[in-house]
Amino acid sequence: MRAPIDDKLVAKLKVGEEVLISGKIFAARDSAHKLFGKNPPFDPKGAILFYASPTPTPPGAIIGSIGPTTATRMDPFTPDLLKLGIKIMIGKGRRSESVKAAIRKYKAVYLVVPGGVAAALSKHIKKSTVIAYPQLGPEAVLELEVANFPAIVAIDSQGNDLFEQARSAR
Amino acid sequence: MREVPAKEITETVKDLCIEANTNLAEDVVAALNKSLAKEKSSVGRKILRQIIQNAQIARRDKLPLCQDTGLAVVFIELGQEVQIIGEALESAVHEGVRQGYEAGFLRKSVTEDPILRKNTGDNTPAILHVEIVPGAKIKIGFLAKGGGAENCSALRIFNPSTDREEIDNFILETVEAAGPNACPPIIVGVGIGGNFDTAAYLAKKALCRKVGAHNSGHAAQQWEKELLKKINLLGIGPMGLGGTTTALAVNIEKRPCHISSLPAAVNIDCHAHRFKETII
Repeated sequence: MRAPIDDKLVAKLKVGEEVLISGKIFAARDSAHKLFGKNPPFDPKGAILFYASPTPTPPGAIIGSIGPTTATRMDPFTPDLLKLGIKIMIGKGRRSESVKAAIRKYKAVYLVVPGGVAAALSKHIKKSTVIAYPQLGPEAVLELEVANFPAIVAIDSQGNDLFEQARSAR
Repeated sequence: MREVPAKEITETVKDLCIEANTNLAEDVVAALNKSLAKEKSSVGRKILRQIIQNAQIARRDKLPLCQDTGLAVVFIELGQEVQIIGEALESAVHEGVRQGYEAGFLRKSVTEDPILRKNTGDNTPAILHVEIVPGAKIKIGFLAKGGGAENCSALRIFNPSTDREEIDNFILETVEAAGPNACPPIIVGVGIGGNFDTAAYLAKKALCRKVGAHNSGHAAQQWEKELLKKINLLGIGPMGLGGTTTALAVNIEKRPCHISSLPAAVNIDCHAHRFKETII
């Protein structure tokens, strides 16, 4: 799949499904979320947001290692961003009930990627540009160009939660 | 007295920062491979394979295993017959971290003030623990401690009459609450005894033990084995998506304590367990 994401695609994505993402995604985490308010520094309509901040780019490379940070910490900011039109979030870990409600209400999807496999994931990044808040250092907002970036649907637009399912299957 | 130049400590810390962050230790890789052979969930096996493959890529390309290259935690066992020449020990350590994080293209993840949260830009200050020990050697251990797993840690002070089962339940509850957020399979460091700060320190120190090595005390060793079994029966699995591999190890460290208290601390580390040590 590729941004911009529409409601039709969102409706098709089912919990547990494995997806590949190509094209434009934005990377942001804690400090950037605090600055977003109702005006993230990119067009949120149909956007894909990745909770991440990479290691510095070595000479000659496109990017350093990059992987998901814990999405749970972004929960307080998420409903407002989904209201603005962000459709896909990529991270690791659980989401709150209020985020799940917002996912259902605004038709969005939460994807997970394994944490701690950032050297391997970096191979899927084709371009990286700082687009906002350079003063935040590693927490600056990035626009990334990705190819076949792998992820798993953890919460679908109906609010089905993979972590809950894994828990009740025990 | 044996004289050791402070520069040598700086160089050693610098190398350890890079080595720990890019080269997953053999004991961790072995534990991951062992878990892969036993893991019952197919998603779990897939994630374990990704983790093992990531370690190979990181080693080959000298890339950090994880984008969170951690808060630098440095453990020094300083022989009392050593005299450090030049800079102060603490400055030498911070300088090593500064150089290592710069030269290794590691992420700078330290904020100057916990409330204002401005990045210091060089990953210092490190957290430094120094123990004075007999002898003329310096043992330096480096742990890159990621934030996600650290956030899932806990400390509780129990009644002295508390039985082991109650402490087990606290540890299990902590691991359950951590769930997917701590990046399982995790390593569980448990500190029991001492006081408020010592229990936490012991839990962190317990993480520095090689995966698969047990406490030298027989009872603690049994306790570690039983706890590991119980944790892996929780079914959290790799990345919390279900499975039989939730923890790779449980390491317990104990210390005498006051007649009125029984402190217990649980410090969690993720599968990207980045600890390396060396002796000067």
